[in-house]
Amino acid sequence: MEREGNAPPDDIPVVLAREGQHGPVIHAANRCARLEGIQAGSRVVDMRAICPELQVAYADEAGDRAALDRLVLWARRWCPWTVRDGDDGLILDTTGADHLWGGEAAMLIEMETQLSLLGLTARLAVAPTWGAAWALARFGPVRAICAADEAYFKLGPLPVTGLRLDGATVLLLRRLGLKTIGAVMDVPRLSLTRRFVKAGLAANPLMRLDQVMGLLAEPVSSVDTKPVIRAQVLLAEPIFDPTLYLADLCEDLCAQLKHAGQGCRRLHLTVFKTDGDVSHVDVATSASTRDAGHLHSLFRDKVERINPGFGFDLITLSAGGVEAMSVSQNTLEGGADDDLHLTQLIDRLSAKFGPRAVTRPVLRQSHVPERAEAQIAALADSPADMAVLTKERPLRLFDHPEEVRVLYAVPEGPPAQFVWRRQTHRVTRYAGPERIAPEWWKDRPGTRLRDYFKIEDQTGLRLWLYREGLHEDGRGGDPRWFVHGCFA
Amino acid sequence: MGLLRVQKDLAGQGERPSAVPHTLSEAFPASPTDASAVAFALSRLPRTHAPILWVQDRLSRKEAGRPMLAGLSADRPIIMVDLSRAADVLWVMEDGLRCRSLGAVIGEVWGDPPALDFTATKRLAMRAEAADVSCWLIRRAASPDLSAARDRWRIASLPSGAHPHDAQAPGAPRWALDLFRSRRTQPGQWVATYDAPSDRVHFAAPVRDRTLEPRDGAGRERAAG
Repeated sequence: MEREGNAPPDDIPVVLAREGQHGPVIHAANRCARLEGIQAGSRVVDMRAICPELQVAYADEAGDRAALDRLVLWARRWCPWTVRDGDDGLILDTTGADHLWGGEAAMLIEMETQLSLLGLTARLAVAPTWGAAWALARFGPVRAICAADEAYFKLGPLPVTGLRLDGATVLLLRRLGLKTIGAVMDVPRLSLTRRFVKAGLAANPLMRLDQVMGLLAEPVSSVDTKPVIRAQVLLAEPIFDPTLYLADLCEDLCAQLKHAGQGCRRLHLTVFKTDGDVSHVDVATSASTRDAGHLHSLFRDKVERINPGFGFDLITLSAGGVEAMSVSQNTLEGGADDDLHLTQLIDRLSAKFGPRAVTRPVLRQSHVPERAEAQIAALADSPADMAVLTKERPLRLFDHPEEVRVLYAVPEGPPAQFVWRRQTHRVTRYAGPERIAPEWWKDRPGTRLRDYFKIEDQTGLRLWLYREGLHEDGRGGDPRWFVHGCFA
Repeated sequence: MGLLRVQKDLAGQGERPSAVPHTLSEAFPASPTDASAVAFALSRLPRTHAPILWVQDRLSRKEAGRPMLAGLSADRPIIMVDLSRAADVLWVMEDGLRCRSLGAVIGEVWGDPPALDFTATKRLAMRAEAADVSCWLIRRAASPDLSAARDRWRIASLPSGAHPHDAQAPGAPRWALDLFRSRRTQPGQWVATYDAPSDRVHFAAPVRDRTLEPRDGAGRERAAG
């Protein structure tokens, strides 16, 4: 759930909504709203009819997921194996870890305390299997503890929704009169197998039941964390300019990266101000590196942008985009590495003028000239399907075609004379037309076709001229003429 | 890095022995929209697959367009840098000339900005010679003031040659080249024909009408009368 400073009081019904197929639907509701009879998954307009004073905010699902991923790592304080379970759960493999907290019951109380200090409401359960813990935490008693041989008795009274089945299967089981897990357990195994022989895991009560009882393995595969590579300097007094310490920080960071055999692609410089505020500057490189001098030079013009406030007394430099990097010797005499120089040049330019200013054009599959070129990052790999163009194209292309006034010789051919940028050009020779039709799968309806002419004027200037549309084509008035490029 | 793999040392050594060291050249197009100066500069670059660093200021891009990849004959990677000020263009060119793996550095500067003075061109020329990377400065709407460029060209388009198949169409491009200052060779004027398929420039002395001798005029008068 989104956490803000201004949490609504508990006596106002508040729901979080997400976009559904027919307008917004309820994603989650607080306790007051649930007491009013509002259920997750129903439409917001319907629930407004039930409860007119309902307050609606939009849910941040990606943010919730990211927060849960962070919580997975935070929960490593209790046991070494943790993993996220769906969108709203955590699974902790506490085997052999509970005695450190004084037993399972004490451990659950400790967990609930710590989570409530974070501002989170938690429902906890200990069970021998993933499925049993899932069911007990959601439908069982508070802080339920289930020993290995008690699963049948503890899970029996819980509803069948505790089996992690999809909606259609739950409905089917209800219609069959199997309303609790215990009722499903009592059905003979052969009949269940025969009835759900082709169903997948999410629709198969028997397999889910086996998972709950531990007959079908469901291991917890814990996610790995990467160690944070960070250098910091703690100052005796607040200062205003981090420049003096930057070289040492870069050296320190690169030594750590070298020790780990890794290189970084981003650097985050953070200063912690005395008034509790934080300010930061980020730089990025186009290839992974651990060259301290180069990384230091990227900060050259950026450090001034840091807002020192009343001074800061802690500077940290952390590496982002850390990836494995191996050093290869490419010349025998140990001379300069040319490729490395090029990447460093592009880093310097991108750091100074922004990554949008430094690009590399590549050809794209399109006949429309302004779409035939794409801009990619300067050191990115070129796409595999590079278009091959056989038609003659000009050397220069204008970003925006410039309209000209023309004097016709014949309506279908090139103009006899035109005025472009207040100068009159007389057409002496021409080649064309080359007709480029609009791309109907991209262009708006009513886009006119173009007839391109390569013309040469009386001074020898060779231009790429096009007529937009035809006479009487029913898409606007008379065709207009544009200059789109210059030939050599 | 696949395409940008540098083959500068090996490629093109057989075609042209590089007796002439690469240096800074300036080109002044006759009109801002004339693409002949860019085409001439591209044809003079060494034939390698090393990337070109191409720097444009804002006015050059607005007034004279950007280079179109489909129109360039050589398939070499281009690194475009779009900037707003001429001083930044010179900074990037100078920084790029530190990098020996570039094939060439081309800069386009509009007008006569105060940053582009004799010192700036001298720095560019010395850096280009130190790194042995050819560097072209294309100056539109500019006056040829004091500059340390080793070669300075004035370039204009001429009516093109005959098209081999179509009498109505423009054929091979022809340019009027005027090397008005050079440190290395004798200045001179040429009419160049660009052969696009082989990417070569053929130089020829400009053809002019001979000056009239006084007797000729008299003879024609007599014939008319």
